[in-house]
Amino acid sequence: MLRKLFPHPYLTLLLIITWMLLVNHLKLGSLVFAVILGTIIPIITAPYWPDRPLLRNPVAIIGYILIVLYDIVKSNFIVAGIVLFKPKTKLQSAWITVPLDLRTPEAITVLAGTITMTPGTVTADMSGDGKALLIHCLHAPDPDSVRDEIKSRYEARLMRIFE
Amino acid sequence: MEQIAEIVISLLLVAAGIFGLVGSYGLLKLPDTMSRLHAPTKATTLGVGGVLIASMLYFWIFRDTLSWHELLITMFLLLTAPITANFIAKAHLHRFGNADDLPDTQTDHIWATFEDEAEELQPVMTRTTPKPAPPKADH
Repeated sequence: MLRKLFPHPYLTLLLIITWMLLVNHLKLGSLVFAVILGTIIPIITAPYWPDRPLLRNPVAIIGYILIVLYDIVKSNFIVAGIVLFKPKTKLQSAWITVPLDLRTPEAITVLAGTITMTPGTVTADMSGDGKALLIHCLHAPDPDSVRDEIKSRYEARLMRIFE
Repeated sequence: MEQIAEIVISLLLVAAGIFGLVGSYGLLKLPDTMSRLHAPTKATTLGVGGVLIASMLYFWIFRDTLSWHELLITMFLLLTAPITANFIAKAHLHRFGNADDLPDTQTDHIWATFEDEAEELQPVMTRTTPKPAPPKADH
């Protein structure tokens, strides 16, 4: 019964928080409306979301977000430095392949997004069977170290959260 | 106190403006499409982020209200930027990409963009187990 009413509890929670932030003030009326929206929308969209993301370790998400935020700021400085001070001819762009140990679609999506937001890398494509990511590096004299860093810094942490 | 806050807010705005400018300049300067993707996905994140932090500080200190809209904008920005970048990269690979230029996938399949479209597309990963075959009628 509870499962029928709340097919995606995390989505319900997210919708309530998003609505409260949109309204921009705390009042009981908006909270009631947020709960109504948070209940109705997941039920209506349930047929499109047969799977339910599993979160093994929700607390680890906070640590992951902090690390990614720090890396985003760092990557901004690195990319700005490359844009401003590196002559075109010295730029060593490279494609690299990152084999994936993650299997859940949600975890791979988060990893791909993280890679795009962090220093000098953009996720471009995925292999047909979903077991490797194609990544473009802006300036990578040593592509293997980039791959190893992605695997140890992000993928290992996501592994603990999702699988 | 208010003076310090004003200076901090102004510094944030100027820094954000510089990052936005560098991101746009990167679009102009970098040599090819894939490299150009790097500038707007990254340098501008901090540009917009700086403006939003300045806005939150301003409303908090000078108007005595906490404004939460900025957090939402940050969240939407962080969610949409990687997806947009991925779309542009895939479109670029479709139009000008050459499968031979790319590194090997190290799996049995080639990169999804170049897979034969005639091949029947199966959802690659899903947790729901396939439904069992309907039971046969006994007679």
